[in-house]
Amino acid sequence: MTDDMIVHGVEWTVKELFVYPNEFIYWAIQIVMYPFVTGLVAGAFVLSSLYHVFGQKDLKDIAQFSLVFSLALLPVAMVPLLLHLQQPLRGIEPLLTPHFTSAIAAFGIVITVYGLIVMAEIWFVYREYFVAQIQELKNQPGLLSFLRRSVYRVLTIGASDVSDAAIHADKKAATIMAAVGIPTACFLHGYAGFIFGSVKANALWMSPLMPVIFILSAVVSGIALCMLTYIVIKEWQAFWRRRGGSSLEAAEIKGAEMTIITKASKFLLAFLVVAIALELLDLIFRGYTAMKSWDILRSVMYGKDFINIFVLQYTLGNIVPVALLLLPGRTLRRTVLALVLILFGVFMMRWNVVIGGQAFSLSFSGYMHYELPIIPHDLATFKEGLFGALTVMALPFIIFWILNKFVPSLARDAEGS
Amino acid sequence: MTCSRRDFLKEAAGTAAASALPLSAFVLLSPEEARAAVADSKARYAFLIDTNKCIGCGLCVKACKIENEVPYDAPVTRNWVERYIITKDGKVHIDSPMGGRDGFLDNNMYGEEIDPEDIAKTFFVPKGCNHCDNPPCVQVCPVGATYQTNEGVVLIDRDWCMGCAYCIMACPFGARFFHPVHKVADKCTFCYHRIKKGLLPACVQACAFGARRIANLKDLDDPATKVIMTERVAVLKDLYGTKPHAFYLGLDHDVR
Amino acid sequence: MKRHVLNPLWASLAIVGVIIGGGRFLVPDDFGVHGRNFTYGYYRLGSLQDWKDFPVKYQGRDSCTECHEENTRLNSGSVHADIQCENCHGPAANHPDGVADGVQSVSIDTSRELCLRCHAYLGYTNSSRGAMPSVEDSRHRRRRECSGCHNPHNPREES
Repeated sequence: MTDDMIVHGVEWTVKELFVYPNEFIYWAIQIVMYPFVTGLVAGAFVLSSLYHVFGQKDLKDIAQFSLVFSLALLPVAMVPLLLHLQQPLRGIEPLLTPHFTSAIAAFGIVITVYGLIVMAEIWFVYREYFVAQIQELKNQPGLLSFLRRSVYRVLTIGASDVSDAAIHADKKAATIMAAVGIPTACFLHGYAGFIFGSVKANALWMSPLMPVIFILSAVVSGIALCMLTYIVIKEWQAFWRRRGGSSLEAAEIKGAEMTIITKASKFLLAFLVVAIALELLDLIFRGYTAMKSWDILRSVMYGKDFINIFVLQYTLGNIVPVALLLLPGRTLRRTVLALVLILFGVFMMRWNVVIGGQAFSLSFSGYMHYELPIIPHDLATFKEGLFGALTVMALPFIIFWILNKFVPSLARDAEGS
Repeated sequence: MTCSRRDFLKEAAGTAAASALPLSAFVLLSPEEARAAVADSKARYAFLIDTNKCIGCGLCVKACKIENEVPYDAPVTRNWVERYIITKDGKVHIDSPMGGRDGFLDNNMYGEEIDPEDIAKTFFVPKGCNHCDNPPCVQVCPVGATYQTNEGVVLIDRDWCMGCAYCIMACPFGARFFHPVHKVADKCTFCYHRIKKGLLPACVQACAFGARRIANLKDLDDPATKVIMTERVAVLKDLYGTKPHAFYLGLDHDVR
Repeated sequence: MKRHVLNPLWASLAIVGVIIGGGRFLVPDDFGVHGRNFTYGYYRLGSLQDWKDFPVKYQGRDSCTECHEENTRLNSGSVHADIQCENCHGPAANHPDGVADGVQSVSIDTSRELCLRCHAYLGYTNSSRGAMPSVEDSRHRRRRECSGCHNPHNPREES
């Protein structure tokens, strides 16, 4: 069989008993990555807005960082989709001919609007910094500084007034953007949940709770990732400062961190508890009403996927982190462990929805087992395999590193709000 | 103060405008074109499938693959035949090896040999796209690459489909798949290219037993239409509300 | 002076304008709502013609009977009369184009598997399959072609 003839899905699907001939696992690892990444986007933005809109002053530093990180995550949200599409060059079509009866068409609009809002907010927050940088770089010779100055000039979009009134207007506008951005971020991820929840053909996915569960766990994952990245970066900076000899500053950083982390953890817990409650509610109702699909769903959830759902997602990913965060004597190390487990739990939730929904046949009389391609031997097994997923996970950090060169969000003297 | 309120309203208006602008992708057709496309058709095609007559020879599957250029050895197919064996202990055994493309030559199911002595009931169910009246696959396409003609036939635009597989996930019947060569979604087209020339669909023509038939529901003199109107017919998965237009005679409650 | 806060809005509208403008070039002119409604009728009208232009392969019995009188005579009225010639011989397509040059454009499949599709014994007593004359493949002239003894055009006649 030539490469042309390979049926998409046949290489990572193992069928058991009766499965309709055309059924394969069409939505594989990249479709797990996509809601995971958009969830991080939404969550990072909400965390930032907790400071900008709700005035949680302790969160100022992390808010700065998570705003820029949310922007770094945004283009990455597109990557799993481009890797998944059979015709990636046609990926622009949802923006050209959106069929609005489809949740995926709405995605094109929402992500554009949301991206513009995030960029606008960052612009309002950093405009003063851009103008200051242009001034500073004027005095430095060389091509590199000329290029940087040009970039900043473009970034100001012609608005170079840094009077008090102008800065005040900037701050007001930033707050409004943050406020408008919250429902938009919720839409962004709610639509991802709606994409699954509205598929009546899939017995596991069809549920009005799906958009809500997705949004909640998105906020959880966004907050967790921002906290984790923030801690890692701050510890890294503290490490280098200690190396340089200024141990006092290192302790200062540590102190400031813990307040922020404690505050953010409280929000995290709240969202996590609600998310778990809804998922359990969904499960209980399914078992109680026992529709035709319940037999095969039960055998998948309590049988084949028992470890994935109850051990990895609910226990390791939800209950253990809640305990780690709630039990007295919380250390930074315990918090980091809790955050990693939460992120893992959110990932497993996406996995259990996407892959779990395809673990049983539409016939309700057979199963499909997903074998994630590890070592790729062609383009398809790379794109929809482990290395494709790792590429997607690495990208936000690379993009953030580049963004941070122009929009510094970590240094304490980078003037934000 | 006033500045930022104005700014908010303007940004909100801009957002609303931005969302509305893609609608301008709609193009105005010439009056003749528009009339022709929307005009009430004299036909609404439907399948009439008699499971009492199907003997599981699979010649319909073979004919469809060849007529419609679906790679013969690829494990995807526009139509298929399912075999149901209900044994005396009440267990339902179902299979469809390569969609029934080569027929059913023995009683070996998933490596297990079923003894004819143990069989209580057995039958074959030919399937394909149901060309539903409310096709969920068309509803979920994000880009308008699949559609329903005014004869009720659901088709795919190969030049526009971007291969997201949302339509494949949305079909409750498993009728859709990715074409291995064209790398876009594919499914039974009712042999649109044949019926528009007055020919029969390939599967209907190939069936020597009259198990697969085509009906024009708007032609009351059509013998197949008469069967649908006067005899007791059933559809698959009625509860999904898609209003399938493949009508079955002899559909058993165990059919999935 | 504070109008600068609207600059991002203008930039956004410009970006959206580029996308819409791009659409004018990239979206075919005949794309729109044709038929019932936006939900089920939003597509590129030219697609209909693409499908109408798809080549027909199977021609049907009548195109064979024009020339193949002997086998037609044998077949009509026999128990195999309802079977399409092309079921066993493959699609006629452009046949007889090219035959004069010696190109065999229609196949002759004499394999056992073809006949076993209908005639393999499965033991289904209370179904239409059970009513078919059938043989147990492993016990009936194993590995020999059926057409060696049975005339496929009229199985009641000897080959």
